[in-house]
Amino acid sequence: MGYTLNFAAVWRNFDFLLSGLALSLGLAVISILIGAALGLVVAFALTSKNRFAVVPARVYVTVIRNLPILVLVLFAFFALPQMGLRLDKIKSFVLVLSLYSGAYLAEVFRAGLLSIPRGLTEAGLAIGLTGMQIRSSIIAPLMLRNVLPSLSSTIISLFKDTSLAAAIAVPELTFAARKINVESFRVIETWMVTSALYVVTCFLIAAVMRFVERRLALPR
Amino acid sequence: MSHTFLEQLWIARYVITYGIGVTVSISLLAIFAGSVLGVFVGLALVYGGVVLRLVVRAYTDIIRGTPVLVLVLASYYVSAAVGLDLGPFSAGVLALAIFCSSHVGEIVRGALQAIPKGQTEAAKAIGLTFTQTFTSVLWPQAMRQCLPAWVNTAAEMVKASTLLSVIGVAELLLRTQEIISRNFMSLQFYFLAGGLYFIVNYGIEHFGKYVERKTALPS
Repeated sequence: MGYTLNFAAVWRNFDFLLSGLALSLGLAVISILIGAALGLVVAFALTSKNRFAVVPARVYVTVIRNLPILVLVLFAFFALPQMGLRLDKIKSFVLVLSLYSGAYLAEVFRAGLLSIPRGLTEAGLAIGLTGMQIRSSIIAPLMLRNVLPSLSSTIISLFKDTSLAAAIAVPELTFAARKINVESFRVIETWMVTSALYVVTCFLIAAVMRFVERRLALPR
Repeated sequence: MSHTFLEQLWIARYVITYGIGVTVSISLLAIFAGSVLGVFVGLALVYGGVVLRLVVRAYTDIIRGTPVLVLVLASYYVSAAVGLDLGPFSAGVLALAIFCSSHVGEIVRGALQAIPKGQTEAAKAIGLTFTQTFTSVLWPQAMRQCLPAWVNTAAEMVKASTLLSVIGVAELLLRTQEIISRNFMSLQFYFLAGGLYFIVNYGIEHFGKYVERKTALPS
């Protein structure tokens, strides 16, 4: 087919794509931070011996992980107002992505917690720390260092999930791309550039995570 | 007009059933095509020459660095722009299959590389050709190693099939939205759709655990 690549329309709207990318990153950072706090609490609940902690945590993780995120996004934006909780589109998306990342990060953290030897808890108890102190200053930091590799892929996948915000018209990268696509008809160019922006961002996230991993690695 | 949820559910029963049918077809087609393609991707990553390996590595990295929604939209719009008249269903399945293939490729690569080198050497020592080594020594072990991650990918594909609603494929989620736009029962029908997706994915997860137990080595 006679299709000549012409990126002019895309470059003209490039700042629109970039501001979309900035919003995507912002959504990801806020949601992942909230999700990480939530996931840490849930992971401790999952590995505790108390049934009243384990069962609700397990239900939360299983339910969220088995639901498509698009259903959750639409539910939060269109159905929650019926229950009296009316959030604007950005807040409702952050709510969903936080809950979603909480469930995925909880599983990552749980695996990390299981790899911490019991002796550390016992040592903490022996020097008179409370359970909370042991968790926050011994176990959590060690666990975080252990899970960095799998944390990296989870964070990248959560960043990619911000594209779903386009479904409720949050003007992030995918929404911006779709708008440029429809307005300029430079279809191939638009999606090439958009995809490249996502790929480069994912690579950068991976590089940052590898850097953190190297910095935090124990000296050998 | 009837106003209870059950009455509305009864009115919508065929629509929902069709929606489930379309969701299941999308998922099965994408998983099947993606897995077949993914095995070749994995083989190319492990046994390919330098050029082939670089090309396939670029393919998997680009696909895995792009959100599925972008793949779905790109596949839909680009296929039309280059004159391929795929329609939303085929374009969507194509995007999901490509996504699936890059994930399966990585899984296959990981599984093949996890097999100790000694196995290949032992096979060589008893005079097996490469094909024989691959089909009767490496592949069976790799399959067992792949299984948990592959089942995970399958559940992922069912969840990703919801994205086809954005390009107008009438699968379960789009059908649900249509029903809601008629009766405004967004709470009830989103719950219903969520419940159905949950059942399917939970089923896949447990089926995977069952198969894993069945194929595990006796210890």
